[in-house]
Amino acid sequence: MYRYDEFDAQIVKERVDQFRSQVERRLSGDILEDEFKPLRLQNGVYLQLHAYMLRVAIPYGQLNAARMRKLAKVARDYDRGYGHMTTRQNIQYNWVALKDIPDVLEELAEVEMHAIQTSGNCIRNVTSDHFAGATKDEIMDPRPWCEIIRQWSTFHPEFAFLPRKFKIAVTAAEHDRAAIRVHDIGLHMRERDGVVGFEVHVGGGQGRTPIIAAMVNEFVPESEILDYLEAIMRVYNRFGRRDNKYKARIKILVTETGPEEFTRLVEEEYAAQQTSEKIALPEAEIDRINAYFAPPAFEDKTETSAAFERAKTADPAFANWAKVNLHPHKVAGYTSVTISLKPIAGLAGDATDSQMMVMAHLAERYGFDDIRVTHAQNVVLPHIALDDLYEVYRELAAAGLATANESLITDMIVCPGLDYCNLANARSIPVGQEIQKVFADPAYEQDIGKLHINISGCINACGHHHVGHIGILGVDRKGEEYYQVSLGGRADEKATVGQIIGKALRYEEVPSAVKTIVDTYRDLRTSQDEKFIDTVERLGVEPFQEAIYATD
Amino acid sequence: MPLIKNGAEIEDTWSFVADDADLPSSGCVTVPLAKLIDDADGILARNQQIGVRLSPADDPHELTPFLDRIALIEIDFPKYVDGRGYSQAQLLRRRLGYTGELRAVGHVLRDQILYMNRSGFDAYQTSRANLANVLKALEEYSAFYQPAADGQTSVFSRRHAKG
Repeated sequence: MYRYDEFDAQIVKERVDQFRSQVERRLSGDILEDEFKPLRLQNGVYLQLHAYMLRVAIPYGQLNAARMRKLAKVARDYDRGYGHMTTRQNIQYNWVALKDIPDVLEELAEVEMHAIQTSGNCIRNVTSDHFAGATKDEIMDPRPWCEIIRQWSTFHPEFAFLPRKFKIAVTAAEHDRAAIRVHDIGLHMRERDGVVGFEVHVGGGQGRTPIIAAMVNEFVPESEILDYLEAIMRVYNRFGRRDNKYKARIKILVTETGPEEFTRLVEEEYAAQQTSEKIALPEAEIDRINAYFAPPAFEDKTETSAAFERAKTADPAFANWAKVNLHPHKVAGYTSVTISLKPIAGLAGDATDSQMMVMAHLAERYGFDDIRVTHAQNVVLPHIALDDLYEVYRELAAAGLATANESLITDMIVCPGLDYCNLANARSIPVGQEIQKVFADPAYEQDIGKLHINISGCINACGHHHVGHIGILGVDRKGEEYYQVSLGGRADEKATVGQIIGKALRYEEVPSAVKTIVDTYRDLRTSQDEKFIDTVERLGVEPFQEAIYATD
Repeated sequence: MPLIKNGAEIEDTWSFVADDADLPSSGCVTVPLAKLIDDADGILARNQQIGVRLSPADDPHELTPFLDRIALIEIDFPKYVDGRGYSQAQLLRRRLGYTGELRAVGHVLRDQILYMNRSGFDAYQTSRANLANVLKALEEYSAFYQPAADGQTSVFSRRHAKG
């Protein structure tokens, strides 16, 4: 994991002091609320329905035990004892008082954390594959470049007042778990003739206008990538629309300009850069940052573990959890564990302070002090020895953290919705809980297999409904909550926007409609190996439409 | 309106002449980019100092032929959340080599001035920040990750500087 040097520590300390002064000036009336807004936003402070909300950055989702314990302490001391993991691998606190936020930031700085640029019209937290550095299917570890991009984008003076927010994601695995094609910039790491570089996708996004990113460059070598990003950012900053906030994201610029012309503008700006304008990142700096992400000291182990096999035989619940929540590790005898924050009828993505303490302990004791937050709002212990798995499981189970549903139908992405958010048109959390109850039987759920349901309470799509295999969007019809269902969306390397299947449904109709969709899939799949998303791709949405609406 | 430059509050001797107004016969004046381009030879031949005021949508490259004959470039921030002026400033300083005064005018606030300074501005016309506050704002950070128009060495490079 990256550790701050004197410069990083100094910059974060100075940020705390700066924000403390800004809050003091706001509380004294020296700064108007309208002028304070972008300042607090660039520090992750939102004014929500009930209170201020603080969003703390977890760069590319990476934590360690000390950081997780600090997050627990903040939850306990300044909030109501819990935090909420977000789809951008950050954590949010919903009940923090504005006057306390400078103190919270100071405490976070002690463990090398901050809330810089977690909101506002600037470059946001860089996200990545939550199995980075552990998964078998990556060609390299993307985190060093996430860290370099984090530093480059921090307080970038030219790009602090963009037309709209700006999100960058990086992956280095064939299977894209970072949803790079629905980001403003998505970078896929490649290697060509021994040179590390990036495939550059620009202009993806969700919200009101879901768009899959266009590929603007097949390969930008790592030595040039920051300069190339500067060129993209400048074209966006200069030409992105500012007349309408709903048309201000870079996806609209790319679409309205046309991907070819947009690419030409970027290439023209890039070609015009003079040597003196280049970032000139020293190679030694790339090496320095890479060194922080050297693999931990794994032990020599065999592929299988006798202890693991024994425990599975002895404890069927463990066997069931292990079948669902593990991801193959690149090192023999190890695995990556997903800790589901989606218990049936719970609050998606929420963790209590004591649960955070348990996760911190497990990471320290068994997991090389490594913890990740996933964009699906779960937590991952990326490096656990199979030999230790049963111990880990038992502690998780005791803390209510052993729900066996990773990537299954009850592992949904759910936005806060009308219960918390002042943008929402409809509730998200309870509709998700009602659906979960329908599929609570583990045998039924596992028979269904991998299936992502994403739920948003409004058109802003924080719940990523466009790219859910089943997407559910809350809409308001004359004061009544209705839900639009779409099918076939996905956020991976075959990113697709889901297709709306028909007229919106009433709140109480949603769970049974989802069940109808799922049972239709089970009838139509060629075998149990054909996943839901593949059946929808093969057959289109018609059979599902018919199943839901034919009886009307 | 107060004008802050080089760490001091100074008297502003410039006035702005809008598109449809006539130029005064003397004094230092800035004109909109379009007005300058319309009659560059006429305006620049006058026996007075001429400057230009850029609006957010203006392309700084259009100033290239005139850069050695203008004494001031103002970049207007009609709303402080419109950040196009930062790119205009960086282009003028780093790509087009403009070395004269680069002044931020309009909605110029204390907490944006450090970003402006880093982007190449060296003068600030503002009614919303006094001198002491501006000086404080400029000192809030002692290190910067990325190179910019202020010529400071980036943290990326400082980490590997010899000696």
